[in-house]
Amino acid sequence: MILPFFVIIPLGTAFLISLFGKRIKNLSDLLANLGTLSLLIFSLYSIPQVFVHKILVYKVGGWIPPIGICMVLDGLTSFMLVTVNLVSFLVTLYSVNYMERYTDKHRFYTLFMLMLAGMNGIIITGDLFNLFVFLEIASIASYALVAFGTEAEELEASFKYAVMGSVASSFILLGIALLYSYTSTLNMADISLSLSGKPAGMMVSFVAVLFLAGFGLKTALVPFHAWLPDAHPSAPAPISAMLSGVFIKTLGIYALCRVFFNILTVSSRLLFVLIVLGMISMVVGAFLAIAQTDIKRMFAYSSISQIGYIIFALGIGTPLAILGGLFHLFNHAVFKSLLFLNSGAIEYSTHTRNLNRLGGLSRSLPVTGYTSLLGSMAISGIPPLGGFWSKLIIIIAAIQAGYFVSSVVAILISILTLAYYLKFLKFTFFGKINEARQNIREAPGLMKLSMILLGIICVISGLLIAPLFKPFLQSAVNVLLLGNGYKEAVFGALR
Amino acid sequence: MSEYILCFVLFCIGLYCVLRKRNIIKIIIGLGIIEYAVNLFFVLIGYRAHGRAPILAKDQAILNMVDPLPQALVLTSIVIGLAVTALLVAIAIRIYEKYGTFDITKIRRLRG
Amino acid sequence: MKNPEKGMTLIVKTITRLTVGLILLYGIYIVLHGHISPGGGFAGGVIIALSFIHLMLAFGKEVALKKLSQAQASILESLGAIMFLSIALLGFLGGYFFFNFFLHKGSPFALFSAGIIPLCNIAISLKVGAGLFAIFTVLVLFTPLEINRFNKDNGNNSNK
Repeated sequence: MILPFFVIIPLGTAFLISLFGKRIKNLSDLLANLGTLSLLIFSLYSIPQVFVHKILVYKVGGWIPPIGICMVLDGLTSFMLVTVNLVSFLVTLYSVNYMERYTDKHRFYTLFMLMLAGMNGIIITGDLFNLFVFLEIASIASYALVAFGTEAEELEASFKYAVMGSVASSFILLGIALLYSYTSTLNMADISLSLSGKPAGMMVSFVAVLFLAGFGLKTALVPFHAWLPDAHPSAPAPISAMLSGVFIKTLGIYALCRVFFNILTVSSRLLFVLIVLGMISMVVGAFLAIAQTDIKRMFAYSSISQIGYIIFALGIGTPLAILGGLFHLFNHAVFKSLLFLNSGAIEYSTHTRNLNRLGGLSRSLPVTGYTSLLGSMAISGIPPLGGFWSKLIIIIAAIQAGYFVSSVVAILISILTLAYYLKFLKFTFFGKINEARQNIREAPGLMKLSMILLGIICVISGLLIAPLFKPFLQSAVNVLLLGNGYKEAVFGALR
Repeated sequence: MSEYILCFVLFCIGLYCVLRKRNIIKIIIGLGIIEYAVNLFFVLIGYRAHGRAPILAKDQAILNMVDPLPQALVLTSIVIGLAVTALLVAIAIRIYEKYGTFDITKIRRLRG
Repeated sequence: MKNPEKGMTLIVKTITRLTVGLILLYGIYIVLHGHISPGGGFAGGVIIALSFIHLMLAFGKEVALKKLSQAQASILESLGAIMFLSIALLGFLGGYFFFNFFLHKGSPFALFSAGIIPLCNIAISLKVGAGLFAIFTVLVLFTPLEINRFNKDNGNNSNK
């Protein structure tokens, strides 16, 4: 019963804002925050539902799934919904103050809610073509949001991103077309059922390659990464936080997992490809991040590197590794959005993002300083914080599975991560302050509030693997481990 | 079979256009070619020889009909293509306003 | 019409004056008969938008914008989307999202049948027609230094 509301609420909010937002002042702020708050509550409510029912299938319009469209709520869905809606609520809270300097705030919220509707739709749907439509809604909204400032660099980045993204979407659509011609159905569970009755052939491998190219471009794995370091820094800070924090994970990793693990049966060759791509992304992202002088650009390359960890962990494919990968996904969503929000707060106060022109801000911007410290320490894996545990699990799983060289590389890259985040902290918050910036002021209250909340989540997110909260993560892992059994689960829930 | 191969050829022409051309407008046209190749392929999947439209008519039994589902899906995909193209054209106009050129090799303020 | 310098030649203007109403009517026909014959909300909406674009091409942008201004188009677009969403929400009366809640069984060849599908078609045609017209006017009216955000996303998860 709650399932359609994950799409209805953001869509309805988006169009209400675009209808009334211009006329009534502050309405758009209020509506957007109420919308994301209710989404967060709904997604938290979905956790006990998953525990009770294991899997929930909603028939849209009352049609039985292989004919009609269905929405599926299982462990992985619930996990991703909590991640996305948690970050999006804190980001809307932040953008109330931050977006004051842009002219058309209500259009920002309209596009933002459309993007959110697309992301929630991707997560919740059980139909392959619906996934494509929601993916396109989210992508088009994000192209427009990257160009929101309409400065020269932003337009250039948005153009690059839109061209690459459209090519990726065409690959995905071609894959869906081929899969439809092979199985003559579009329902995910039904496709899986139909594929299991056919002999393994070249067709499934070709479709897998098309999906890998398409979703890989959306995820920004290294051979396909060129758009990300331009697009993510150019957007306004809340959008950077959304794009790096949850957007690439939903459009890329979630869709990739769902398609590879649950629909096409994953083979060891495909897993090996994922491991290789993950390793390359990890290394290249980290090395490119060190050389950057723009704060947001450094964070964007760091995103590539951390996405590499997640893909690497998923590629190993053992239960422990998948647990580590999903745990790292949640952690990365939290601390990367925190860091991007921090960079926005720095830009809000000092009007620059260049590391060489900053310094000594820790006294005048205490909240930003401490939360950045937390975020940086969490992402580089300092023990009590969340990032440490997820990286530890990934590395232990890699050693258990026999990937010794890879695990050594992962540890070295983690040290490298610490190095460039220390560089960020040193050049921004420590050292001598610029004379012209003696009396800059901290960002307004709501921005501080959302940064503090994210910082707190950063500290306590390590508790997710504590026995009390582990079932939440474990139910998401079980869905991926279920693999081909997804179809029995879905059709079983219908009976 | 040959019509499917021609679709792939069209797809590759579009991809070549996107990758090799230097003019922004030509890149947008290339994206359009890619989209149309995929749409054409999708429609051809649903085609049956001597099939007719799956619409009920008075006093007629339909024996062999074309699969209507890909047509509905392609309609959606065309609309998506329209939205992407319109957005890209709008961005291209803005880029021309800022940089004074459509040449992609001269629009390089972002690097590294 | 009053301003002979604007727009195209007299021949084009005369023909346009004769045909534009017919085009609009044809679009409305396609929308209303969407559930029993080929066509539907999207195709009809495009034809409706084309009638306004036709007017703009023949008479210049002022005449067309007097009939349907950009702000009005954007309001109509949002209204279409909200109408579609509320039709879908009303389906909860029957227990399901998007449930066909009244006149449940459609009968072939009857105009007033098929429950919510004609209503959905009308909502989609509003959305598509106003959206397409808005896209066209935004690209036509584009002037430098104009702070004008484009919202091009047609939200088309609907017109299957």
